[in-house]
Amino acid sequence: MRVIGISNDPPGTSREHRRKQGYTFTLLSDPSYEVIRLYDLAHEKAGPAGEDVARPAEFLIDSTGTVRWVNLTESYAVRARPEQVLQVIDELGLGRPAAASP
Amino acid sequence: MKRRWNISIWIGFLLILTAFVTYVTVFIRFPITRDFPWATLLIFGAGLALILRGLMRASRAPQLYRGRIAGPILMALGAALFLLFGYGIFYAARQLPASARAPQVGQKAPDFTLPDQDGVPVSLSKLLASGETGAARINGALLIFYRGYW
Repeated sequence: MRVIGISNDPPGTSREHRRKQGYTFTLLSDPSYEVIRLYDLAHEKAGPAGEDVARPAEFLIDSTGTVRWVNLTESYAVRARPEQVLQVIDELGLGRPAAASP
Repeated sequence: MKRRWNISIWIGFLLILTAFVTYVTVFIRFPITRDFPWATLLIFGAGLALILRGLMRASRAPQLYRGRIAGPILMALGAALFLLFGYGIFYAARQLPASARAPQVGQKAPDFTLPDQDGVPVSLSKLLASGETGAARINGALLIFYRGYW
């Protein structure tokens, strides 16, 4: 299961943020909001300098590319907790390694 | 006789400032105190209660306690900070776009290619199709959209 963070920050900012927080997962940059808009998550002018940002959202996607779980919270202060996501992964049976091909 | 300092009012106001500061520096980091800020609301409540107690003392025994002027001012400031906090958490943080066209459960996640933190392009479809050599196939991806790091 790959964890991928996406925001409108440029790669330089993401690299710095990742380094400071000690993250090991990938952070992708979407400064032109192409993917943020594709997923309908644009929050106009909500950034600190009045720029658009992505509203917080989590999507669990299986290996076929199908969305299996979506989390769009009511408040930007509330995010999915790790244990919540792990529980969903368990319930959907996504965490089990696929059988090795013959 | 010499009037006593109305400690209640000052400690109450200090608690209110503490409520604000501790939310932003400490409680905001943990989901258990951030999702619903009960700890901060408790500290605010204690602060407001103390100021109120001090105000009542000052008005009942003005010859004994100071605070006839400082009291109402601190109460007003304290209440304003509390309302500001409440507004921020219960109203402003909820002003989010409807996102009605966001992919739903059962739909295919729209494919995309974006640069990672080192500028290397990452494609969702390629990521899902690939497998680690020798190890289990990739089970999927968790996409976390966030507001950015300021």
